[in-house]
Amino acid sequence: MTAAIVVGAEMPLKRRLRRAERARQLRALGLVLPLFLFLLFTFVIPIAGMIWRSVDDWEVPQVLPHTVAALSDWNGQDLPSETAFAALAGDLQAARAAGTVAVAAKRLNYVVNGSRTVLTSTARNLKTAPEPGTAKATLIGLNPAWGERATWAAIKSASGPVTAYYLLGAVDLTRDVNGAIVATPEDQAIYRDVFARTFTIGFGVTALCLLLGFPVAYLLANLPTAQSNMLMIFVLLPFWTSLLVRTCAWIVILQGEGIVNGSLQWLGVIDEPLRLIYNRFGVYMAMTHVLLPFMILPLYSVMRSISPAYMRAAASLGAPPATAFLRIYLPQTIPGIGAGCLLVFILAIGYYITPALVGGAGDQMISAFIAFYTTETVNWGLASALGAVLLLSTLVLALVYGKLALGRQTTGGLKN
Amino acid sequence: MSANHSTQTASQRYAWLATVVLSSVIFVFLMAPILAIVPLSFSSGAYLTYPLPGFSLRWYEDFLNSPRWMLSLKNSAIIGVASAILSMVLGTLASLGLAQWKSKWKPLVLALVLSPMVVPVVITAVGVYFFFAPLGLTGNYLGLILAHTALATPFVVITVSATLQGFDMTLARAAASLGAPPIMTFRRVILPLILPGLASGALFAFATSFDEVVTVLFLAGPEQRTLPREMFSGIRENISPTITAVAVVLTVISIGLLTMIELLRRRNERLKGNAP
Repeated sequence: MTAAIVVGAEMPLKRRLRRAERARQLRALGLVLPLFLFLLFTFVIPIAGMIWRSVDDWEVPQVLPHTVAALSDWNGQDLPSETAFAALAGDLQAARAAGTVAVAAKRLNYVVNGSRTVLTSTARNLKTAPEPGTAKATLIGLNPAWGERATWAAIKSASGPVTAYYLLGAVDLTRDVNGAIVATPEDQAIYRDVFARTFTIGFGVTALCLLLGFPVAYLLANLPTAQSNMLMIFVLLPFWTSLLVRTCAWIVILQGEGIVNGSLQWLGVIDEPLRLIYNRFGVYMAMTHVLLPFMILPLYSVMRSISPAYMRAAASLGAPPATAFLRIYLPQTIPGIGAGCLLVFILAIGYYITPALVGGAGDQMISAFIAFYTTETVNWGLASALGAVLLLSTLVLALVYGKLALGRQTTGGLKN
Repeated sequence: MSANHSTQTASQRYAWLATVVLSSVIFVFLMAPILAIVPLSFSSGAYLTYPLPGFSLRWYEDFLNSPRWMLSLKNSAIIGVASAILSMVLGTLASLGLAQWKSKWKPLVLALVLSPMVVPVVITAVGVYFFFAPLGLTGNYLGLILAHTALATPFVVITVSATLQGFDMTLARAAASLGAPPIMTFRRVILPLILPGLASGALFAFATSFDEVVTVLFLAGPEQRTLPREMFSGIRENISPTITAVAVVLTVISIGLLTMIELLRRRNERLKGNAP
């Protein structure tokens, strides 16, 4: 009897608790939702859109729709049939009327250099629609390029709806006239160099930051709190100073009539000013300065948590100080070294402003090319493809960083 | 290690001395740019070289009397304040939700919320530019405020979440058991206690927007150029002493923000009851 009452009373309570918990979870979800939707609109969809642009091949299908359709069953070996020539003639006249020839011409020019002129001049000179059956002769008469397989292969390769052209181009690959993937001609192959340069500068800056950051973090972690808090200002103040201010200051310090050259000349060490800025040296100097706090802070937070008892234990067991440091202390700092290096490297390879201002033409990193193709030459496909490659590299590294940082339950010295 | 000198061997003392000397040099390296630029901004000469020909405030006057610099200061303030408010509201709500939400999707959502901090700004800027341009969100304040809010919110989420981690949830339960509805519990119990965290989150957000230049390069028209954007063009062309004056003004603002955040952090530590 009593047992029945207890059981009867327990079930609704359990259910009520479950319901209350569900309501709590829904409320929690409701609180996260606004930010989620906001980031969807201002971050996720824009970046997804950028990635889509890196494969989107809309120009030729939109401007030359009938040609694309006529070429769909072309074998690619001989010249296309009369139907394709007629379709092209029709498309070109329509495109000229709509003023869209340049759009397709620009896209085709990426595939075969010179196609731009072929397309625009043909469209301009094609006064009337060719008589049925004479389209082939008419077009070849207007421009002999139409008698070449390569011109048609270019149109075929740009027929969409998606293309690997930009992504291949971002790693210096292209397709030849037969559709096989080959290396880009030497004079146009620059992006592997740019990526290599980006990663080289990233590695260099990371190594310099570790070299300079380690002693500072060690000092701060081993000083009494009051002193280390005081000295921490020297790390935090530059960290908080505007990037532009710091970059500008390095130019002032390192330029031809700058402080460093002035002092060295005054001391008689050099006669001519050294070239310290607008080259790789300036990039390393300024970027190391900007990113050093990102190395010091995670290193410091790890070193702070290392108990001095370990080193004392090592000493009491007879380890010389250097051995104790290398075998006992250093291994315990590895999580901090890992987090700091990854953070600095991730931030370094995405840098744009500092190399743009203190580097020379040969020191520009991948971000500069992304910006260049977006605003200057308007090759959004290539800009997006380069962006996609950079994004992929960053995300892989960030994933590793997340595993490291979450494992230690810290924010890795990020501003907090 | 430094604390107990009596137990140290000579080699340990040398190693420690070397660390101190090396670190001092690195501290100079860290502070050099700021130290170098401050005196130049007070120079009476037009060249950025030492020794200074004399002291003057002419470059500060130049800054204050230039409509271009004043417009950019106004733009930076408007965009900074607006994105700070927006990201504080969105970030605080999300942090409160994330603190209670239990789901296997939580790490994924958290990663998404923090990712604007990791993704290279140029990628965000280019993506937003492609997406915003057809929507008419380039060349006006709104687009910039939205983009800056996206970049700044992770800092608010990190700061507020850290504050909430130190928050004693039994206080909220006590309020509820005394009959306070959730809104009142939030307003009267939770909010006053996490307010320092919210304020530092907002300051972080403001600082992020105030220093941001890459999205401004893509999204801003001539009328929305911010202070860092003007500096960028100024440095590209040639560095006039006016820029050094602007740099000093910006540095003073940074020091102000840093001081406020440090004071808030200490207050928060005190509220949590583990003050040093």
